[in-house]
Amino acid sequence: MDRNQLQRQVALKRSFLFEQCYLDPQQFVQLEELQDDANPNFVEEIVTLFYKDSARLFQKIEQALYSRPIDFAKLDDYMHQFKGSTSSIGAIKVKNECSQFKEFCLAANADGCVRALERVKQEHQTLRIHLENYFQLRRQAGLVQRV
Amino acid sequence: MHLSNGMGSMSTASSSGAWKSGDVVTDQFPAGLRVLVVDDDPTCLMILERMLRTCLYEVTKCNRAEIALSLLRENKNGFDIVISDVHMPDMDGFKLLEHVGLEMDLPVIMMSADDGKSVVMKGVTHGACDYLIKPVRIEALKNIWQHVVRKKKNEWKDVEQSGSVEEGDRQQKPSEDADYSSSANEGTWKNSKRRKDEEEETDERDDSSTLKKPRVVWSVELHQQFVGAVNQLGIDKAVPKKILELMNVPGLTRENVASHLQKYRLYLRRLSGVSQHPNNLSNSFMSPQEASFGAMSSLSGLDLQTLAVTGQLPAQSLATLQAAGLGRSTTKSGVPMPLVDQRNLFSFENPKSRFAEGQHHLSSSKPMNLLHGIPTTMEAKQLANLHQSAQSLGAVNMQVNAHGVQNSSLLMPVAQSQPRGQILNETSGNHVPRLSSSMGHPIMSNGMSSGVSGRNGMVDSGRGGGYNPMQQNSSMLNYPLNNSSQLPCNSFTLGSTPVMSSLTSKGAFPEDVNSDVKISSGFMPSYDMFNELQQHKSNDWDLQNVGLTFDPSQHTNSMHNSLDPSVLVHQGFSSSQRGGQSRSPTTVGKALFSMGEGNHLGNVQNTGQHLNGFVVDNTVRIKAESAPDATSQTSFFHEQYGQDDLMSALLKQQQDGIGPAENEFDFDGYSLDNIPV
Repeated sequence: MDRNQLQRQVALKRSFLFEQCYLDPQQFVQLEELQDDANPNFVEEIVTLFYKDSARLFQKIEQALYSRPIDFAKLDDYMHQFKGSTSSIGAIKVKNECSQFKEFCLAANADGCVRALERVKQEHQTLRIHLENYFQLRRQAGLVQRV
Repeated sequence: MHLSNGMGSMSTASSSGAWKSGDVVTDQFPAGLRVLVVDDDPTCLMILERMLRTCLYEVTKCNRAEIALSLLRENKNGFDIVISDVHMPDMDGFKLLEHVGLEMDLPVIMMSADDGKSVVMKGVTHGACDYLIKPVRIEALKNIWQHVVRKKKNEWKDVEQSGSVEEGDRQQKPSEDADYSSSANEGTWKNSKRRKDEEEETDERDDSSTLKKPRVVWSVELHQQFVGAVNQLGIDKAVPKKILELMNVPGLTRENVASHLQKYRLYLRRLSGVSQHPNNLSNSFMSPQEASFGAMSSLSGLDLQTLAVTGQLPAQSLATLQAAGLGRSTTKSGVPMPLVDQRNLFSFENPKSRFAEGQHHLSSSKPMNLLHGIPTTMEAKQLANLHQSAQSLGAVNMQVNAHGVQNSSLLMPVAQSQPRGQILNETSGNHVPRLSSSMGHPIMSNGMSSGVSGRNGMVDSGRGGGYNPMQQNSSMLNYPLNNSSQLPCNSFTLGSTPVMSSLTSKGAFPEDVNSDVKISSGFMPSYDMFNELQQHKSNDWDLQNVGLTFDPSQHTNSMHNSLDPSVLVHQGFSSSQRGGQSRSPTTVGKALFSMGEGNHLGNVQNTGQHLNGFVVDNTVRIKAESAPDATSQTSFFHEQYGQDDLMSALLKQQQDGIGPAENEFDFDGYSLDNIPV
C-alpha cells in the first residue's frame, strides 16, 4: 500500500472509532494535540500505559469482587479509579460499562457486578484491538512517509 | 473577581520593588510556573504532565500524596501551585489539600471524575482554589496561573497592610477600594487574608520579593501620577496609551494602566453617584457580600474571641474566620445589602477564595481513613449498609470533621456555612417552622464551643450510631422539634451527657473528637444547632436555625452552592439582632421545623437521609445517611459567631446539606428576600 492509501486507512479507522463511539473525539483529539515532534507517539504511549494500568486495576477489582463478604464500597472505589482512567483516554463504551458496574455496586448486587465487570472487560478488550490496529496503521503510514 | 493588577496596594518601596520585579516576570509568566501534580492514576498523571508542559509550566508529577507532601516540605518554595486528585489510595485528596494549605499555603486545585456538587463543595470548603472535572482539558490548565497570582496578590496586600510604613495610605485605600468593583473583592480578600496571614506575613514578604510576581502594585505615588496624567488628559480623553506616556514609569505596561483606569473610572462614577456603568452592577453584587460580612463580623468577632480564648480556636483560625466573616464586612460599610443580591454570592468565586483562605489553616488532625470506605457505602442505597456503618459513619463523620477542621479551624466552616444558611432560609421559608423556642438557643457559648465542635462531630456520629440517621430521618428531624433537651439533638452535644455517652458508646469517637470534629465540610449540621439552641434558648434562633437545618425538601442545594459565609452569618445576625422573633424565622425555621415536627417525617426522612449523606462526606455523595461533616461545620459557626449567627448558619448549612441529596442542589430556587436582614 502506498502512503496515501495507508494514510487514508488511518483516517478511516479514526473516524470509525469516533462514529462507533469507541472513542470520544473531543478527548481523543485533545490527546492527539499534545503530540508534537518531540512526542510524536504520545497517544500510543498513553494508551499503552492505560492498558498496563488496567490490568492492575482489574486485578484489584476481581479480588474485591470474589472476596467474601464483598466490600462494595471498595469495589466502587476501584471502579471509580478505572473509570477515571478510561475517561482520560476518551473510551466511551468502556466508561459506560464502568458506570453500569458502579450502579450495581451501589445496589450491592454482586451478580450484577460480576456481569457488569465482564462487559467492561469485553469492551476494554475490543477497544484495545481497535486501537492496536489503529496505531499500527499509523506507524505504517508514518514509515511509508519516512521512506 | 478577576485579578489583574494589584489594586490599592499601599506599600511604597517594597511594593514598587515587588512590582518591578513582578513586572519583569510578567513577560514570561505564566511560563515556568512550577506545578506539582498528584494523582494515583498513571494515565491521568501522564496526560496532565504533558498538558502542563504544553502550557510551558514546570511540572513535577507524583503518584502518592505522601511523596507530594514530603516534596513540598523539603522544598517549601519550590512550587507555585499544586494540582491534586481527590481519590487517592494513600491519602484523601482533601487531606492533602489541608496540609498544603496549612503548611505551605500554596494554591491547590482539586480534580476528580466526580462532579457531584457535594464533592465540589467539599473542595471549596476545604480551601481548594479550583476544582477541575476529569477528564481535564488543557484549556482548564492554561489558566491555573491566575490562582497563584491571586494568592500572592492577597498575601502582598496583607503584608503591606500589616506593614507600618504605609499605615496612613492604607487607611485611605480601603475606602477607595471599596469603590472599585474589582477592588471590593480584593478588599475583602485582603482583609481576610490579612488576618489569616498575619503570622505568615514576614515569610511571605521575604518570599514575595524573591518569587516572581506579575503584579503591579499601585502605590500612592504611582496612583497619584496616574491621576495626574488622567486629569491632564481629561477623564474623557484619558486612554491607557497616553496615560502611560504621560506617567513615564518604566516597566509599567499599557495593560496595567488600562485595568487601573477601568477601576478608577468606576470609582469616579461611584463618587458622582452615577451608576450606569455596567460594572456598577458587579459592585452592587459585592456590596451584599460585604454587607453580609459586615453583619457577621460584628457578632462573630466577639464569639470568635471567645472561642479563641477558650482555646478552641487557635489565633490563626480565629483570624481566618474573622477574615472570612468579618474581614470583608469591615472594609465595606454602609453598603446596602439587598437580600436578593446575596444570591449572587453563590455565583461568585469569591466565597471560594475566602473559603480557601480560611481553609488553609485547617489541618486534619484525624485520619480520614473511613472516608474512603464511606463514599461508596454512602452512595449505596442500602440503608443496611448505613446502619451497619452508622457507627463507623459516626466515626467517619467525626473523622471527616476532624479532617476538615482543626481544633482551631472552627472558623472556616462557619464562614462557609453561612451562605448556605442564608440560602436555606430562603428556601425553608416555605416550610412551616416548627422549631420550638427552645431550639433557638444560641449556639455558641464558651463551653459550647468545644462542645459545639464536638457536637458537630457528635452529631454525625450520633446520627450514625444512635439515630441511624439514614434510616430514621425522623429522628434527625425531630431534633429541632423538641424543645426539651431531650431532643435528639442533645445527643449531639459534646458537652452534654447524653451525647457524650452516645458518642463514646460508639467508641469510634475519642474524647478528642469534640475538638477534632470541628468543621470539615461546609455543612453545618442542623443537629448542632438544635443542641445549641436548646442550651442557649434564643427563640429567634430556633426558628431560624430549625428552618435552615431541616429543610430537606428545600434545596439544600445551598450546600453545594458556594454560599458566602457572610451570607450565613448575616442571617444569623439578623436573627440575633432582632432579638425578637419577628424575623423571618418562620421562613427559615419553617423548613426545619416542619421537618422536625414530624409532619414532614416523610420529608424529613428523605432529608435526614440526605442530610446525613451530605454531612458525611461531600466527596462521597452520600445521598442519605451519614452524618455529614455539616454537623461539624455547624458547630464551627456556633463557636465563632454569636449564638444567633451560628444558629442561622447551622440551619443554613443543614439545609444545604439536606437538599443536595435530593435535588441536585438547585440553589437557583433560593431567594433571599424572605430573610430579613
